[in-house]
Amino acid sequence: MSLQHHHGQFHLTFPTNPLPLGSPYFTQSTKGYAHCEIHLLLNQLNPTIMNHLPQAWGRPRDDIYGSYNPAYLPHSRGGYQQSQHPTSHTQSPIVTGTSVLSIRYKDGVVIAADNLASYGSLARFTDVRRLKKFNRKAVVGFGGDVSDMQYLDRLLQSLNTEENYADDGGAGLMTAKNLHTYLSKVMYKRRSEFNPLWNAILVAGLDETDRPFAAYVDLLGTTFSAPTLATGFGAHLAQPILRRLVPDEKASEELTREAAVEAVRECMKVLFYRDARSMDRYSIAVIDKSGVDIREDEKLEEQSWAFADRIRGYGTQTV
Amino acid sequence: MVCTGYDLSNSVFSPDGRNFQVEYAVKAVENGGTAIGIRCKDGVVLALEKLVTSKLLKKDANKRIATVDRNIGVVHSGLLPDGRHFVSRARDEAASWRGTYKAPIPVSSLANRMGAYVQAYTLYSSVRPFGITAIIGGWDAETEVDVDGVVGSGPKMGSGGKTKGVKEGGPYLYMIEPSGSYWGYYGAATGKGRQAAKAELEKLKLNPKDDECITLEEGVKEAARIIYVAHEDSKDKDFELEMTWVSAVNGPTKGKHEEVPKELREEAERLAKKSLEADDEEEESKMEE
Repeated sequence: MSLQHHHGQFHLTFPTNPLPLGSPYFTQSTKGYAHCEIHLLLNQLNPTIMNHLPQAWGRPRDDIYGSYNPAYLPHSRGGYQQSQHPTSHTQSPIVTGTSVLSIRYKDGVVIAADNLASYGSLARFTDVRRLKKFNRKAVVGFGGDVSDMQYLDRLLQSLNTEENYADDGGAGLMTAKNLHTYLSKVMYKRRSEFNPLWNAILVAGLDETDRPFAAYVDLLGTTFSAPTLATGFGAHLAQPILRRLVPDEKASEELTREAAVEAVRECMKVLFYRDARSMDRYSIAVIDKSGVDIREDEKLEEQSWAFADRIRGYGTQTV
Repeated sequence: MVCTGYDLSNSVFSPDGRNFQVEYAVKAVENGGTAIGIRCKDGVVLALEKLVTSKLLKKDANKRIATVDRNIGVVHSGLLPDGRHFVSRARDEAASWRGTYKAPIPVSSLANRMGAYVQAYTLYSSVRPFGITAIIGGWDAETEVDVDGVVGSGPKMGSGGKTKGVKEGGPYLYMIEPSGSYWGYYGAATGKGRQAAKAELEKLKLNPKDDECITLEEGVKEAARIIYVAHEDSKDKDFELEMTWVSAVNGPTKGKHEEVPKELREEAERLAKKSLEADDEEEESKMEE
């Protein structure tokens, strides 16, 4: 391939055979925008530069960065990997769920999350259940990547099946606390392999003495617990409201179920007002000694929009 | 038997085409406590005569009927550790099926895989055949099952290639022998008392096409009675009755394989004892005549 500059126009000629992967696209250095345009043009014209194989995309230029280290490539491409493809890890979440909220009250825990799975700014899936019942003592609420949530859901199902094999009449039933420990190990292991599960998770339920339990774990393996918890936008918008109601452990131990549910519903409304990736349909679960009461198709009520038609312009406008 | 060395090694054919080692394994099974399975209209019952070898053994402990996935039960007669190994493999197969298909393994597929596994232990001289006959009973969901990990309802049209209103699934029962051969059964029995148990099973109405096919509750009572009948020949030994069942999603076990509740089992045992006493009296009165 050669590049010639003639009367302000670039003329490109291509070799008859497509370039092998990793070979230099340019023999002499080019600069600035002209280079970018040529590169884009090349991408469209030469299938070996831009193709359907992700591992061939965005390869740095050899003349600038030196020859590429092929170690991560498969054997067929001059590398040392056993597999057909180079190792690839989750780089960013794709389909996502937003906030999850939870609050402990005197006998149990309330947890909620809306039913939306967004694809970027597109509200793509509107009936996605993000609260998963594990057993009569534990519910898990997922925020973040939905495909990773589905993976974790299957992982928890198989864990539950294996736990059931013990057949001890429910004496060794996994508690929410056990489940949170398990999930935190999974999440921390995955981030340590630089291949995280892109989620922020709340585990709500009861501990081994049937006391209310709620705790957080995220894609980094970070864990913490508090009377009120929220992931994502909820941490900024819902936490202050919930903390006003439950400032400390003592307040949590005195809170009634009704007050806890009411507070969470109110927070879901605030989140719908102000979080652009949220929705007015949501799931809410209450876990106490009598088991899990989960409702998966709740609707926000008593929204306040009547004030809106009194607002005119952005300053001086009066009509 | 003329001992000419054909029975010394597994996987060796005798001149008339038999594998003696497998036949010896069958002998081990014939010494075990009786195990039965009954396929009813709306579920499957598994029952086991668990011989109590010592008064020091805790009652109702040491369970022998195992669950595979959530909807399948396995009861076996013969060498106990071989049964444990069998169950462990069955659980792995069920988990691996879920890994691929994101749905529970059908009972027929599990029976097929386990049949193949047991048969593999008749192929090499370096291994010995399984010393058990296993009975696999389960319920395949008759309703449409969600794919594991599903998060929404998905397209409103439903999955492709399905005829509306068609129901699949139901109760299934298989028995696998040490040779690896297996068949589907209406009622299956193995272990020491299998002859008596089979005779009783044959008297029951178990054909699903027959309107009189017995219900799960009747099956539980019959299973208890049959185990008691099968125990008659070894009356001097103590035994415990272990019994599990699995029904449809709208039945008593909600599609899961579970132990039969204590009250129901005790009621079934009471009836079983009563019917045996009645039989004895009948015989005595005949004798007197």
